Amino acid sequence: MGDAVSATAATAMQLGLQRCGACGLLSRPAAGEDAGHCPRCDEALEFRKRDSLQRTWAFLIAAAVCYLPANVLPVLTTTTAAGADSDTIMQGVVLLWSPTGWPLSLIVLVASIMIPSAKIVALGYLLVTVQRGSIESNAQRIRLYRTVELIGRWSMVDVFVDTFTAALVQLQPLMSVRPAPGLLFFAAVVVLTMLAVESFDPRLIWDAASANEVRYA
Amino acid sequence: MPDRDTPLPAAPQSRAVPKKQTRLSLVWIVPILAALVGLYVAVTRILAEGPQITIVFQSAEGLEAGKTRIHYNGVDVGTITTIRLSDDHQRVVTTAQMAPRTEAFLVEDTKFWVVRPRISGANVTGLGTLISGAYIGMEIGTSAKSRRDYVALATPPVVAGNAPGRFFVLKTPDLGSLDAGTPIFFRRLQVGEVASYTLDADGHALTVKVFVNAPYDQYVTPNTRFWQASGIDLSLSADGLSVQTQSLLSILIGGIAFETPATGPVLPAADADTVFTLFSDRVEAFKLPARDPQTYLLVFKQSVRGLARGAPVEFKGITIGEVTDVRAQFDVKTDELSVPVTIRLDPTSFGVALVDAGPDQTSVGAHQKLVDALVARGVRAQLRTGNLLTGALFVALDVFPDAPPASVDWSQKPIQIPTIPGEMEAIEANVVSIIKKLDQLPIKAIGDDLRNSLVELDKTLGSARATLDNADTLIEPSSGLGMELTGTLQDVSRAARQLGGLMDYLERHPEALIRGKTGEAK
Repeated sequence: MGDAVSATAATAMQLGLQRCGACGLLSRPAAGEDAGHCPRCDEALEFRKRDSLQRTWAFLIAAAVCYLPANVLPVLTTTTAAGADSDTIMQGVVLLWSPTGWPLSLIVLVASIMIPSAKIVALGYLLVTVQRGSIESNAQRIRLYRTVELIGRWSMVDVFVDTFTAALVQLQPLMSVRPAPGLLFFAAVVVLTMLAVESFDPRLIWDAASANEVRYA
Repeated sequence: MPDRDTPLPAAPQSRAVPKKQTRLSLVWIVPILAALVGLYVAVTRILAEGPQITIVFQSAEGLEAGKTRIHYNGVDVGTITTIRLSDDHQRVVTTAQMAPRTEAFLVEDTKFWVVRPRISGANVTGLGTLISGAYIGMEIGTSAKSRRDYVALATPPVVAGNAPGRFFVLKTPDLGSLDAGTPIFFRRLQVGEVASYTLDADGHALTVKVFVNAPYDQYVTPNTRFWQASGIDLSLSADGLSVQTQSLLSILIGGIAFETPATGPVLPAADADTVFTLFSDRVEAFKLPARDPQTYLLVFKQSVRGLARGAPVEFKGITIGEVTDVRAQFDVKTDELSVPVTIRLDPTSFGVALVDAGPDQTSVGAHQKLVDALVARGVRAQLRTGNLLTGALFVALDVFPDAPPASVDWSQKPIQIPTIPGEMEAIEANVVSIIKKLDQLPIKAIGDDLRNSLVELDKTLGSARATLDNADTLIEPSSGLGMELTGTLQDVSRAARQLGGLMDYLERHPEALIRGKTGEAK
């Protein structure tokens, strides 16, 4: 072991220690089959998140399933004197796109369409590489994971805006806005991807590298 | 069964394979649930998807893909999804996504049209579209045959398809001030409106479709007459000025009136789409139908200015027909310009009856005999002024015993009835003949004679003056004759005075004539 921490440095698990996810305390696992708790902060301790890959896959697939209706179904129904209009997210982007309003349109496009899809693809990539025991570009993959974790929640902005609009714009009989089924699916996508990110254990990325080192040592 | 105690032969130990850990997390319920919900939504969406139709429009004005709705009786039944030009760039082809369960609406004779704000004389429609933009109106057909491609109507139908009442078809050569929505009056009551009008393929007439609301449609029988009650009908004819109006509304926007003659047989209500003639006015509408019109030709050599088509033909002041055509012709052989006037006679249609015409009054032979006899008796056609103010002419058939004899040429078609010059023409001819005679007078010779006579007269007058001068000197007061004349006159005056005294006395004493002057002293 050199001064620089190599990518294949020994992990706490390899040393038989559990790290508290909340306070960072390293402790020996509890004896027997019982789940240990952190002696300092009483957080449940595990070597790795339980069924991390499986859970992540499940949430990710659920998110992907919801992503389709979220984009195909209308998210908002605007009722004016002219009649009822249902708009999907993409129609909203097109509607907002104007010489002066394009930044807004761009925000909606990025936050509501590109980020959710990017999250799904990124998580899928992480899951596949971890399952295949890949040891390539670990640092980049952990960066990707952190980015996904950071920006993922911002997709919820669209849901909030839409629900606020629906709550505020109730100028009966002139105009009223109601959320449409697409919004529910969109919210589901955001929540499910967040759950998927939450259930993914980034330490798995390093496990493969460590295992390989052990194997090849 | 082998004995338990029997030692087993050297059997290999089975390999223990550790049980594979196939713990399936409960979390998989989440994607399964998501998939199920997604599937449910997809299925309901697909099931909820109505049929797709194409509608062809002349213009996409006011239409917007994804926004323009299709309404039926105010219910949203579909949306225009795409708009594109037809391959020949002449029309606009739109695709419409209909609501679910609208298949039954989309039949052979279903109609679509664009509803835009429309303000016509009688009504204002589609005001809502001022705010909402145009939408597609729809009328559901009755056919059972399904259809998916439609051509939109150019103008929205005035009458909703399910309104109770009946459509009738009117044929007219002239639209007048009619338009879709023009009211139809029955006894000045508005009972319907004009639904549409089209020009016939041959371009000779218009077909006007009218809708008469129930229960007024029962008053339309096969015998009913329709006429244009358009605005104010001012007509200046040989009969003078006539003004006809129906109601204030019809003055403003025109209209059609109908009425059934009270005299005819009572007929059941006419079927829908019965074809009627649209007459230009009420008088025309109530003319009796022509039974056996006969066409004759009258050739006039005079000006026919003021003779209009439709001018009456009168026999002894009774209208028996009308002028149907006025032309001009030039005979190259005789260098004569003449005006053939075609008339149509149908006395029965004007209420003139033939009395004792015999059973064969309609036969050709009898007709020929009648015409021959009339012409031989001196019946001629003549143009007469019917109205001095307008100069309108009419054709008079009258008996002129002094007319030069003429006969009818039955080989011609139509038969020509001989004419005689009209009154004005006769006066003109007389004036011309007078002028001609005047022309022939030896004015110069007369003038010369006159001058000679004048010279003579001058001389005579000279001698006359001399004579008078002599007489003047004779009766001058200073002359001897004058003195004596004065003396004589004074005597006469005196004698007259004395005679007066005598007469006075005699009046008072008439007996003095016999007895002499007596009793003076009493």
